Amino acid sequence: MTQLAPKPSGLKLTRGRRKVKDAFSSPWASFFAIVIALLWTIPTFGLLVTSFRPKVDIVTTGWWTFFSNPNVTLENYQTVFLQGNNVTPPLSQYIFNSFAITIPAAVFPLTIAVFAAYALAWFEFKGRDFIFFSIFALQVIPLQLTLIPLLQLFARGQIAGVQVLPDMEITGSYIPIWIAHTIFGLPLAIFLLHNFLRQIPRELVEAARVDGAGWFMLFRKIIFPLSIPAIASFAIFQFLWVWNDLLVGLTFGGGVREIAPLTVRLAEMVGTRGSGWEVLTAGAFISMIVPLIVFFTLQRYFIRGLLAGSVKG
Amino acid sequence: MSTLRRRLVAVGATAIASTLVIAGCAATEEETTSGSTGGDSGSTEETMEGCDFYADYMGNEGTEVEIYTTIIDPEASLFIDSFGEFEECTGITINWNGSQDFETQIQVRAEGGTAPELAIFPQPGLLADMARTGYMVAASQAVADSVDANYTADWKVYGTVDGVFYAAPLGANVKSFVWYSPKTFADNGWEIPTTWAELLALSDTIAASGASQPWCVGVESGVATGWAATDWMEDLMLRFQDAETYDRWVSNDLAFNSPEVLEVINEADKILRNPDYVGNVQAIAATSFATAGGGLVDGSCAMHRQASFIGGILAADFGAQIVTPEDTDVEGGITTFYFPGVSADNRPALGGGEFVGAFSDRPEVQAVQHYLTTAEWNNKKAADGGSWFSAHLGLKQESVADPVNKVAVDILQNASTFRFDASDLMPGAVGAGTFWTEMTAWFAEGKDSQAVLDAIQASWPAD
Amino acid sequence: MGILTFGILTARETGWDVIAPNLTITIFGLLTFAAVIFLLFVIGERSSVKAQEWVKYLVFLVPALFLLTIGLIYPAIRTLFLSFMDARGENFIGFDNYMWAFTKPEILVVLRNTIIWTLAVPIFSTTIGLGIAYFTDRMKRGTWVKSLIFMPMAISFVGASVIWRFVYQYEPNLNKPDIGLMSALAKAIGIADPPIWLIEAPMNTFLLIAVMVWIQTGFAMVVLGAAMKNIPDEIVEASMLDGASQWRRFSQITVPMIRSTIVVVVTTVLIGTLKVFDIVRTMTGGNFETNVIANEMFNQAFQQRNYGTGSALAILLFLGVIPIVAYNIRQLRRERTER
Repeated sequence: MTQLAPKPSGLKLTRGRRKVKDAFSSPWASFFAIVIALLWTIPTFGLLVTSFRPKVDIVTTGWWTFFSNPNVTLENYQTVFLQGNNVTPPLSQYIFNSFAITIPAAVFPLTIAVFAAYALAWFEFKGRDFIFFSIFALQVIPLQLTLIPLLQLFARGQIAGVQVLPDMEITGSYIPIWIAHTIFGLPLAIFLLHNFLRQIPRELVEAARVDGAGWFMLFRKIIFPLSIPAIASFAIFQFLWVWNDLLVGLTFGGGVREIAPLTVRLAEMVGTRGSGWEVLTAGAFISMIVPLIVFFTLQRYFIRGLLAGSVKG
Repeated sequence: MSTLRRRLVAVGATAIASTLVIAGCAATEEETTSGSTGGDSGSTEETMEGCDFYADYMGNEGTEVEIYTTIIDPEASLFIDSFGEFEECTGITINWNGSQDFETQIQVRAEGGTAPELAIFPQPGLLADMARTGYMVAASQAVADSVDANYTADWKVYGTVDGVFYAAPLGANVKSFVWYSPKTFADNGWEIPTTWAELLALSDTIAASGASQPWCVGVESGVATGWAATDWMEDLMLRFQDAETYDRWVSNDLAFNSPEVLEVINEADKILRNPDYVGNVQAIAATSFATAGGGLVDGSCAMHRQASFIGGILAADFGAQIVTPEDTDVEGGITTFYFPGVSADNRPALGGGEFVGAFSDRPEVQAVQHYLTTAEWNNKKAADGGSWFSAHLGLKQESVADPVNKVAVDILQNASTFRFDASDLMPGAVGAGTFWTEMTAWFAEGKDSQAVLDAIQASWPAD
Repeated sequence: MGILTFGILTARETGWDVIAPNLTITIFGLLTFAAVIFLLFVIGERSSVKAQEWVKYLVFLVPALFLLTIGLIYPAIRTLFLSFMDARGENFIGFDNYMWAFTKPEILVVLRNTIIWTLAVPIFSTTIGLGIAYFTDRMKRGTWVKSLIFMPMAISFVGASVIWRFVYQYEPNLNKPDIGLMSALAKAIGIADPPIWLIEAPMNTFLLIAVMVWIQTGFAMVVLGAAMKNIPDEIVEASMLDGASQWRRFSQITVPMIRSTIVVVVTTVLIGTLKVFDIVRTMTGGNFETNVIANEMFNQAFQQRNYGTGSALAILLFLGVIPIVAYNIRQLRRERTER
């Protein structure tokens, strides 16, 4: 099978290439890049330090004074894990809910998107371009406008007051949240995946068709395996977006505590009058860990996969 | 090592606390069984009176009622605890659902079809808007009767929209207070002012003495930035004009930019935008209302005009202690004096409150709504150690532990003139919109007072 | 660690009882989805060539179109209608809401700010992202640099607001120490009386833009970096042998070769910027002339409870994006013909 993604350069270096490589990695460029990376991280580092400081310190002095006057406490993390009352569930339930919401909410839109991208890239039909550009334009529609109409559909089965579906009693479960995330993730996913799928060489597809492969087999045997890196890269973004989302989980969760994700819990911790943000620091960090792990494990796909646009130019 | 010790203490405390929680749950289980089967034969338990009180609510075992509100932890825990007995006796489960996004989400939920059973509205204006959408149900006759019997007439009016009574009053707060530290005042020989003129004179004295900044003011509050300034305006409106003018102002029969209101904002200007009194005027717009009062505790400012609920926040965040005016030797002790009027005998009171409205008329929902209007629950809730109180006439002052709240309850039950927070009553476009943002600009940009009033008046909705 | 485990395991009424059914639903949902797909493929592959010609649309295209129609297109149309109605969506009032938008000074500020955001964020994010991608292209440990710069993308907007609060906080009392990094740095370099960062317009808008750039640069860097890796070595080598300087190499070779990726990145970041309102909402509430259209739309619809004006602002937002969409369409059409 032809390899589509170009070999990552620099792997097999001949002596000539090594000379070229050395000439590229000029020390001042590297230095500059490192400096920017460190500057970039300072705010986050400040948050990390703050999450280990007692509230009194946080409110009265800057976090950098921590180094001259270290007062470590695990209080904030303790509060995040233990705070609540005899009805608030333990944090582990919220973490579970976040996973249970995010994984399907990444799998469903990606699957449907790669199907649609395949159709828009390789099927010939009238109006194909119009549909594609419309989908592209749909990215702009802000989330907030869709809340009420979609909620009416899920909760009552109505569109614009007209009963189109029986009331299926799905509110209070993950299902409305999954469907909502799927819908919102589709435009961008279709757009990016379409750009990738377009670049599969025409000869490959033609050859397979000539051999008698139907559209389904073509997808299964050729298109899909080649698009895995692109799918994986976009999966990271979709995962991040759903994991960190608050509004969709809050609205389509119907206010039901049992399915509330981590973001909802963290928003509550700020306190009724908004003065509890030392707890938010620890909470924000705990919430960050999972997306970071996902990113670090899947990031090699970025190098190979995300060709969102032609290179030959 | 102190940190290690602290950790060990923390582990120990957690262990003890958890054991108590578990033990408490177990104990209550036993009490329930004896309580509900005891009935007439009378249980020998002294702590449980049996479930006779809840007889009217019976017949709804196994049902659930969701209460949707802006109140989250730590106050939420105290509410949930106060429902314990009710839940055990009646079998109704109360789901407390607190969210900072209540004000936007309640509309979405109501229109989308996932409305909660009960909702606690922090503003009558919001209640009115929701009631007019038609998704709410009127309060039952039992609830209406209970409110008639247990609250002054005003409180029922606030829960009534277009002649229909929807929402019973819940908690209340009183706003006509100035917080100060008795110790600081005693140490410096400052007298509590009883008139506006005396208040200004005192501010001058403090400014001249250099001992501390006379006033700390902060209005920052995220999307609600500016609400603290509206409280100043409302309190002064009641003092420099009369209650009747105040009412006309709320309903816009008196235009927002009329001379009466201009007079009020000019009086406010004397304190709020005087750098000798408040320090950096611009910074007021960036200082959180919750932390502004912190200066009272460390002595960097002398006075802070704020509602009764700030005491709890200052205690939790700054280690303040709420005392009585006589406790002039308590370091870090804070208490309140009455925000003076023009003359010493004119003492109108400004306050606010919450209202519980229903979206469903099922019997268990009505039961919960009714229970919240009983003296039994109000006293139980007030005695729980938080700083909550209400305008319930059956609320005993002994139930309220906090000295400042005792005074507040007294005011609520006995004030000759009491008015509800105007910005909570006005339409959302003004009361939760331009009134806030224009006052913020008044500080941040030094905007002209008349221009501020004109802008607010221009934003008043046409109908 | 012991404390935390202890805490999580402390007796509570909920726990496994709640997770178990939800776990079942999740697994069931995923399996059902997989089963449906599998079934569709089985049917598809077994059908005749003729049947496949229409079945293929049903399986591949229709699901997406269906979801998009009910989830995005219908609400969009509904919004368009609402923009011509009054606050409660009951009476038709024509273009009144749009007149309001263009004559009210606060809204003009909103529109102005939105334009600033949509110019600044994509330009800065893409430029910095491009630069970093280029520098780390052949760098040892380039992955570390990239990961650090990408990290803000993993933080929710709420988390980012908390983080930057500790940068921009202003302490009015000159005797008290600063909590905000900017104020402390200003004092350290000799500015005794630093400005109130989030209040001073127009500086505050740029400070908020900085937060967005901080987040979005990671995205730009990653995508552009991937595109750079695919420039064939031979071309680069050739330019080196020709004696081209670093800058010439960058501008004459690298940039043109990844041009379409740059367009994609700029577009995606731009659209994302138009929709973001959390940053403005949580850091200044839209006050002090920092308001942007997405935040004001939210305010109008949900705080002022005026669906008419909220919808009108949303339509304006949509119209503002049309030029970029049109440009992208031209770009893609051009590439199509080149293929």
